[in-house]
Amino acid sequence: MYEFKYHRPETLQQAVDLLVANEDAMLIAGGHTLVPVMKQRLASPAHLIDLSHIEGLDSIEMRDGLLAIGATAKHADVAGSPIVCEAIPALAELAGMIGDPAVRHKGTIGGSLANNDPTADYPAACLALDATIVTNKRRLESDGYFQGMFSTALEADEIITQVMFPLPKKAAYQKFRNQASRYALVGVFVAGLASDVRVAVTGAGADGVFRLTTFEEALKKSFTSKSLEGLSVLSDGLNSDLHGSAEHRAHLIGVLARRAVDSANGKT
Amino acid sequence: MAKISLIVNGKPTTADIDPRTLLVNFLRENLRLTGTHIGCDTSQCGACIVHLDGKAVKSCTMLAVMADGHEIETIEGLAADGAPLHPMQEAFREHHGLQCGFCTPGMIMTAIDMVRRKGYDLDECTIREELEGNLCRCTGYQNIVASIAAGATAMAKSRIA
Repeated sequence: MYEFKYHRPETLQQAVDLLVANEDAMLIAGGHTLVPVMKQRLASPAHLIDLSHIEGLDSIEMRDGLLAIGATAKHADVAGSPIVCEAIPALAELAGMIGDPAVRHKGTIGGSLANNDPTADYPAACLALDATIVTNKRRLESDGYFQGMFSTALEADEIITQVMFPLPKKAAYQKFRNQASRYALVGVFVAGLASDVRVAVTGAGADGVFRLTTFEEALKKSFTSKSLEGLSVLSDGLNSDLHGSAEHRAHLIGVLARRAVDSANGKT
Repeated sequence: MAKISLIVNGKPTTADIDPRTLLVNFLRENLRLTGTHIGCDTSQCGACIVHLDGKAVKSCTMLAVMADGHEIETIEGLAADGAPLHPMQEAFREHHGLQCGFCTPGMIMTAIDMVRRKGYDLDECTIREELEGNLCRCTGYQNIVASIAAGATAMAKSRIA
């Protein structure tokens, strides 16, 4: 790991000021992506700004009919929160499937969304649930937020503060794990919202999380797994690596989407 | 350098460290608490698991500066030298839950965290699922699972949380 100067702001404003004042600064919260990446010297920030001591940034609450999760809420907090379990059980389940118990005690939702790993779980939930990503500067719709792998709409002086989720009528996430890393080889989040149906796929796309509009159209007509039968997914634009071919991932998307719809409909 | 002040195994500790220092290295090299092991160094194997404010975390993936103001418990904190072992340690001994022993401190810290979150009555499926972040290359896990179930029961009897 290369040398860096460590900063520990106590307020969001202090964190923003540090981010603006210091060139080559990075934010850290749980550190479960950034620390390994720094150890490998793939990242070498000159300044590290620790968000984990900013009070209230990890809150989980219902506000104006939306589920509001603070950026530094840990995966274990989300998975175990009675508020999340009641509002969007599928989101609590997803958080409980990330990594392993020790990882879930440190990793945060804001970190996951800021990093936008193409195999991470939260991006699929945010995109399918039409979440709004709130920063110190503005509100970002999930549709414009994810801009390809490890790339987001966040600007250099922007810090995620909260993620706001509208409550779906039905939702479920199905994930086919890489057995070694526990990351999603393919993950599909299906959400039946008040006036929309959205399907988001993680792990499979060569350019990160994406929506599957053909499936969405079919589910708008009838929210049943039967309505997805016969729909095929093209392998163009999907990842092919040592863990699985693009064709295998395309097949898994169909299987997992049908399972997710069944699960959202209460059929297991 | 950065000043940190934290509680390790109940003892207030202060140090002046390079911010790059990983928590596991701080524990092993600065405090000479070498019971916490470095296995994979990539947050996969769990040999480095300690408790941060009572919760299992991988100390190879955490900067020591980030533990400032917090409470850390390592395997050494479970039982004083010469005192009877913690029921979970005793269960690993009794049920032959280790061979080479390298993964054992992490396994035991995970097991205690598991009991705290999931209760004293742990079925095999839960234990295996919860051991996702701990690797053992000797035992095939069979006796680790048996040890944890027995250790959880023993913790209930001795009213240890």
